[in-house]
Amino acid sequence: MSSKLSEFTKGIIKDNPTYVQVLGMCPTLATTTSAKNGLGMGLAATAVLVMSNVVISAIRKTVPEKIRIPIFITVIATFVTIVDLLMHAFTYDLWKTLGLFIPLIVVNCIIMGRAEAYASKHGVVDSLLDGLGMGVGFTLSLVLLGSIRELFGNGTIFDITIWGKAFNMFVMILPPGAYLTLGLLAALFAAISINKEERAKKVAQAQQAQQTQQKAGEVK
Amino acid sequence: MRLFLILLSAMLVNNYVFVRFLGICPFLGVSKKTSTAVGMGIAVVFVLTMSSAISWALDLLLVRLGVEFLRTIVFIIVIATFVQFVEAFLKKNNETLYEALGIYLPLITTNCIILGVAIVNSLAKYTFFEAIFNALGAGFGFLLALVIFSGIRERLELYDVPKPFLNLPISMITASLLSLAFMGFQGMIK
Repeated sequence: MSSKLSEFTKGIIKDNPTYVQVLGMCPTLATTTSAKNGLGMGLAATAVLVMSNVVISAIRKTVPEKIRIPIFITVIATFVTIVDLLMHAFTYDLWKTLGLFIPLIVVNCIIMGRAEAYASKHGVVDSLLDGLGMGVGFTLSLVLLGSIRELFGNGTIFDITIWGKAFNMFVMILPPGAYLTLGLLAALFAAISINKEERAKKVAQAQQAQQTQQKAGEVK
Repeated sequence: MRLFLILLSAMLVNNYVFVRFLGICPFLGVSKKTSTAVGMGIAVVFVLTMSSAISWALDLLLVRLGVEFLRTIVFIIVIATFVQFVEAFLKKNNETLYEALGIYLPLITTNCIILGVAIVNSLAKYTFFEAIFNALGAGFGFLLALVIFSGIRERLELYDVPKPFLNLPISMITASLLSLAFMGFQGMIK
């Protein structure tokens, strides 16, 4: 059971597709002008990712090795078209804002990457959990990025006023703000992991020092 | 005149990398050296122009048949096939060009700028020449962005960047400043 759970959770933090694997940068940067848009894009990509992972995993034994990539692309493109049409029908405003980036889910490297690296080698249930975990990780990253940009650009998160127009920096909603926020967030995550490593190193050194001391004591 | 405006708009005002966020993966991936950046950029210009012409004709066919909703599937399959075809063709007929562009060609299939421009052409209902000029502008804009960015990254190698900012974060912040510079072109074409 714990292994099944880890299939799901690994995509959220340890192998986070955006900050750790640096995949799917185009929609990440382009659609996070607000928390809501980020959430919409994340959910659309998650839906495609889960469905394509399941189907690719189910057909993995019948697909000839040599033409697997075109087949995977066709499967993914089919689901993208389904999501595109569904969003057009039920969430028209969001569909209009995301625009070009819904059909472009096809070339999102996360989806092709998971299909090739995971779903084509694992069972249906594992692939479903993997897709779900990666999707949630991707969605959370987009919501985080979108919230920060919306907060500094417009003073709101999910259209709820936080500090209003006090610190309005319009540039955060424009393209440069996307690169800047993502750069600073990536630096933050890198700083946290460097910090962790150094702390682990210090603990290891301390243990080693203790052991050598003990040994020296035994010799005496 | 309209063709020229489309070219300029795709290249500078709505630069596909800095303003529209298409083709970010190769933009970050192959921008460590100026020489590889130029190779990749030229390969993109070439494939982009050709695939735009093909997808323009296909779009006409899809509209005629009334199945526009198949656009995404048809475009991606055609682009992937076309890239493979170009690779095989160059390998057989033009050894030097193949050696120059060869390694970049497979990477291009996953470059969202190719599919993106095809879809933009289709949504904007461009005529054939407008589509070609849009593709040329997008390609040269990509080449320009890649060359400038790789030049800066080569210089960055020499400086002492704080440890958490190494690699991705500092590149992102550089791209942010470049993007800010490209915002200066906004309003040039109304």
